[in-house]
Amino acid sequence: MANPDVPLPAANPRAPLLRRLPVISHYTRSVGLQRGMLVAGLVLTGAFVLTALFAPLLAPYGYSQLSDDDGNFPTQQAPGGKHLLGTTVGGYDVLSRVIWGAQTAILVIVVAVAMSIVIGVVLGLVSGYLGGWLDRILVVVADAVYAFPSLLVAIVMAIVISGGQSSLAGGIFAAGTAITLVFIPQYFRVIRAETVRLKAEPFVESAKVVGASNIRIMGRHIYRNATRTLPLIFTLNASEAILTLAGLGFLGFGIEPSSAAEWGFDLNKALADTTSGIWWTGLFPGMAIVLTVVGLTLVGESINDLNDPRLRGRKSAAGKVTPGPAAAGPGTAAHAAIETEVRGS
Amino acid sequence: MTTLIDAPPGDTGGILPAARKSSGGGLGQYILVRFLLIFPTIFILVTMVFFLMRITGDPITAAMGGRLPADQLQERIEAAGYDRPILVQYFEYLGQLATGNFGRTLTDNRAVVEMLTTYGSATLELSLNALVVALLVGIPLGMLAAHRRDKAPDAVLRVFAILCYATPVFFAGMLLKLTFSVWLGWLPVAGRAKTSSELALTSLEAPTGIYWLDALRSGNMAAFADVLAHAVLPAVALGLLTAGIFLRLVRTNVIGTLGRDYIEAGRSRGISEYRLVTKHAYKPALIPIITVMGLQIAVMLGGAVLTEKTFEWKGLGFQLANYLTARDFVAVQGIVVLLAIIVALTNFIVDIIAALIDPRVRY
Repeated sequence: MANPDVPLPAANPRAPLLRRLPVISHYTRSVGLQRGMLVAGLVLTGAFVLTALFAPLLAPYGYSQLSDDDGNFPTQQAPGGKHLLGTTVGGYDVLSRVIWGAQTAILVIVVAVAMSIVIGVVLGLVSGYLGGWLDRILVVVADAVYAFPSLLVAIVMAIVISGGQSSLAGGIFAAGTAITLVFIPQYFRVIRAETVRLKAEPFVESAKVVGASNIRIMGRHIYRNATRTLPLIFTLNASEAILTLAGLGFLGFGIEPSSAAEWGFDLNKALADTTSGIWWTGLFPGMAIVLTVVGLTLVGESINDLNDPRLRGRKSAAGKVTPGPAAAGPGTAAHAAIETEVRGS
Repeated sequence: MTTLIDAPPGDTGGILPAARKSSGGGLGQYILVRFLLIFPTIFILVTMVFFLMRITGDPITAAMGGRLPADQLQERIEAAGYDRPILVQYFEYLGQLATGNFGRTLTDNRAVVEMLTTYGSATLELSLNALVVALLVGIPLGMLAAHRRDKAPDAVLRVFAILCYATPVFFAGMLLKLTFSVWLGWLPVAGRAKTSSELALTSLEAPTGIYWLDALRSGNMAAFADVLAHAVLPAVALGLLTAGIFLRLVRTNVIGTLGRDYIEAGRSRGISEYRLVTKHAYKPALIPIITVMGLQIAVMLGGAVLTEKTFEWKGLGFQLANYLTARDFVAVQGIVVLLAIIVALTNFIVDIIAALIDPRVRY
């Protein structure tokens, strides 16, 4: 009986479950600069997630609040006093909108990435496993969409779904779906390539011999092995989702300021301010985008590097420095094991 | 597609199922197959864009809805033929495209093709400028990062590369504008040239539309300087986006080639580490850059839309943003389809160049 339940390519298959979890196993494998980058990324990402979760507690005002007990907020007020980061031309509090914007961003990421993973993985499995004309058509379509500027794909989708303007739920769904169409080809390509490779493996053949159905083979035997790289693509796509959302917002396809805060939309409104030297309306939402994307990218990139033996920093001296006798440089058994594991995945 | 995953050396960056099957074919056959693949790509994109944009309804309601009484709206819809079955409209649209007719915009009634000739050169100029910035910044810094691998310069450069990727072009543009135009006052805030030089350049005989080229051709050095001053900030904003990706690619690939035997042989002959990086390891590391260039062009066109809006650079992207705001979806569809064709053609050219340089691509 074929047993596809091979352990994940963690450092050590015998280590306790906690240490085999994706990010944690990467942390224990990292050294020096790479560990620093991973930790910095995790801190930034953590801050982003916490801000999004606790936005109602952190934000001094609501995202669409224009006045409090003392009357209307002043417009274009410089940072300081009651409005730590100033107010916009419309009289919104910049700090509050930056904080609430994290919530919008995370909702869009979740919607977009979840949908594209599900659709992309299913299509990739079916296409790669069954092959034939369906596979050919899907590959050509995926390539066509993949080669096209993703922002334009997202624009077309945004028009389709909402006609461009929308409420919070509608806007998040529209932006999420628009981004989904951009990402499906990426997941599709990765999963399809893996499926084509795995299809020839002996364990799939033995499953066939035992009489497992196509659906079972795809859903159980191949799926488990083909999805190893997904955490990496997930973090990279999450950052791209934020950038696409911001780009849509900047072009005026954002969510209306009365229904949610969105960083790209705020930057659109801030563009006119720059010529008169008003910097705070644009700087802070922009910084929020940059820090969030940097955080997610650092995590994704560290995972990528740690998975790739060519790029992974070595625990002990290797290369130009003469390796000592105990150095676990290339050639030792542990190194070779990791290398084959990673190459195979 | 801005993907930060480094393409392994030799990856063509695109799946070419038909090309892959024709094993043993020569270069001519590869070019032919690759050329024929342009058509299904364009066809698929055109079909998708057409049907997606029509799901929501007809463009006239989108552009004029609410501004015209219902009966007039209906009249215009019928006059434009949007009340006929969708498939009839689709085949008519395909027929129009085949004859080079991309339709007319709804809001200002211009031919979409004429718009391309007017504004396309501006977008081309911006993309070329940005590409120059990206190559000038990305390649030397990537080599430096590879040379000083895991040292301080490498760490700084990697953070720089991530920042390049993480900063949306419109935010980078905004910061550049604030710093160099508003506070320091060194460079103009927006636009492609002063009105006076713009007039001088567009009244030339047979202008290319690429302002610096026109200025050089007419020997108008004042206009040339003016055009350059306007070009700096948009080019840097858009170029840095791609520079980060080039930097990473060069770094990864130079590190890869530095581990090869012939580098080791060079090192043992006493060639300096600097020379090894700049002369020996550098050239093979450039091949992946050319192969990902095709995808980068798509990224640049997407970025150009945002850059043009930020700097009021009157190109295709600027127009696209305007038509989006005006809900003129005929114009949007026309520009998107045009860009699809441009992307497909440039990808073809890039793939051919890659095949000429690297025989492994030909299968």
